[in-house]
Amino acid sequence: MTSAIHDIGYRHYDGPRLGRGYVRRSLYLHNLRAAWGLGRPARSKVLPFLLAAIVLLPALGSVAIAVATKMPGELIRYSAYAIYLQVVVAIFLATQAPVLASRDLRFHVVPLYFSRPVGHLDFVLAKLGAMATALFVLLAAPVITLYIGSLIAKTPDRGTQALEAAGALVGCAVFALVLASLGLVIAAFTARRGLGVAAVIAFYMISTAFVSMLQGIAEARTNFTLVGWLGLLSPFNLVDIVQVRLLGAELTALGAPSGIGGGLAALAICVAIVALAIPILGRRYRKAGLS
Amino acid sequence: MPIIAAEGLTMRFPRVTALDDLTFAVEPGVVGLVGANGAGKSTLIKILLGLLPPSAGRAEVLGLDIARQGAEIRALVGFMPEYECLPPDVSATEFVVHMARMSGLPATAARERAADVLRHVGLYEERYRPIGGYSTGMRQRVKLAQALVHDPRLVFLDEPTNGLDPAGRDEMLALIRRIGAEFGISVLVTSHLLGELERVCDHVVIIDGGRLLRSQAVASFTEASGTLVVEVEEGRDVLGERLHAAGAAVRPDGRVLAVEIAGEQTYDLIRDTVVDLDLRLVRLEQRRHRIEEVFTAPVPPPAPPQGAMR
Repeated sequence: MTSAIHDIGYRHYDGPRLGRGYVRRSLYLHNLRAAWGLGRPARSKVLPFLLAAIVLLPALGSVAIAVATKMPGELIRYSAYAIYLQVVVAIFLATQAPVLASRDLRFHVVPLYFSRPVGHLDFVLAKLGAMATALFVLLAAPVITLYIGSLIAKTPDRGTQALEAAGALVGCAVFALVLASLGLVIAAFTARRGLGVAAVIAFYMISTAFVSMLQGIAEARTNFTLVGWLGLLSPFNLVDIVQVRLLGAELTALGAPSGIGGGLAALAICVAIVALAIPILGRRYRKAGLS
Repeated sequence: MPIIAAEGLTMRFPRVTALDDLTFAVEPGVVGLVGANGAGKSTLIKILLGLLPPSAGRAEVLGLDIARQGAEIRALVGFMPEYECLPPDVSATEFVVHMARMSGLPATAARERAADVLRHVGLYEERYRPIGGYSTGMRQRVKLAQALVHDPRLVFLDEPTNGLDPAGRDEMLALIRRIGAEFGISVLVTSHLLGELERVCDHVVIIDGGRLLRSQAVASFTEASGTLVVEVEEGRDVLGERLHAAGAAVRPDGRVLAVEIAGEQTYDLIRDTVVDLDLRLVRLEQRRHRIEEVFTAPVPPPAPPQGAMR
């Protein structure tokens, strides 16, 4: 055997073995890279980067127009951006959530993690954190672009601009956490990637279409209170309620329940979605780790 | 100190008893865990990894209690599952490096160890290509590499020869022997084929239907039996008669003669008789028991005799 010539024999490893924090951080980075197709063949990168480009394009166009026409008022509102582009954001979630949630399940990789010093909770938090970060980058990039545009276009009232942009970034974080939780839970229960994509899209379409239909009926009957409360049932409208009632943004979605109370109700639902997703995913992977 | 010690280990599932009052202890080395499919081998590994709490009984791995110190056990052992467990879209290098980091190895060390271990299991240039295009043999090597990359003190190898052709099987068995002998890592390897484990193991644990059939050093299975095998080119019968006349206990056994060893003089008698008759001696050796005889020979207690393997 030719290899024997180079064989210098087995060497034991006596270097450091880092703890739980390092493992969790490595797992988070691994998943974050996977969400963008990094470290994978080129075709895995096409979709996330193409969708990110589509999400960023209107912001760039808006900045170009505002700078060229010297009309900074023409810039798209920060807090409205995610809702205007919600279809593209939903497609990003639908295509990338299965990469994180169901790939390890489908190829039975999960037991290899749990036969190492990796905890169930850390495993889930790393995936959820990575998916949320990927979404946050997707949503925050155009908001930051618009803010830079407003500086270039010399928008008056810089203080308000900065405040609105900061509020929108907090909104982006809420969007990212809620959407990541929903997307991962749905994808984790559909083992095949194609089905996972379809399931997430279906969930988005049905919840959004159904809620806006009900809101339309309520509006026709001039029951605006109901329009607002129904908004809690569709993910994008839900987070917009948080933005409008708690972060001082203008309303973009169809309706929002009035007052701080409405905002707190929406925030409570957001927190509940994230808080429920963690044990549901934990149980799913624990079971898969023993199969 | 035994690497694995089990005491009354029992695992009951709603419809089946996977392990039934298993008590055994094994010393460092290469240990074979033999049983038919469904005998409870994989369940036993999951319990020993501390992933599945047993219904009753207790066990220690490397002196650590499976119920309380599961995380510590999992830091010190490696696990190669029976089934496919590799993502197709990453390279072997990328995957094994990642798994090293999951065991706490810093990034640089993880890369070095992954390169080392992939070379040891016999993966060279192909390690940079996505795993999806690998043959079964190469996949088994990647699975083995990820189990070894963090330099464990003990590896659990579940059916590592499954799906391999005879040449691949021999290479895998040789690799397992090297892990135990050269790498100094204890091995618990499962198989439903007793014969192949006989070649690489120091100790065999045999379970059937979740019950312990035997736990014994391989040397004691195959120790000298007190019979000499004599093979000559021609004249087997003449030799047999002469030896019988000289008072040796001899009987024909196929093409050879089996002679009971009465003492040193038996060897001399055979040598002298062969020379006297001017025969060509092909073979003169001590017969060893084969491990398979475990299943045909009556078994001493405590193992129950009725549990013959299929």
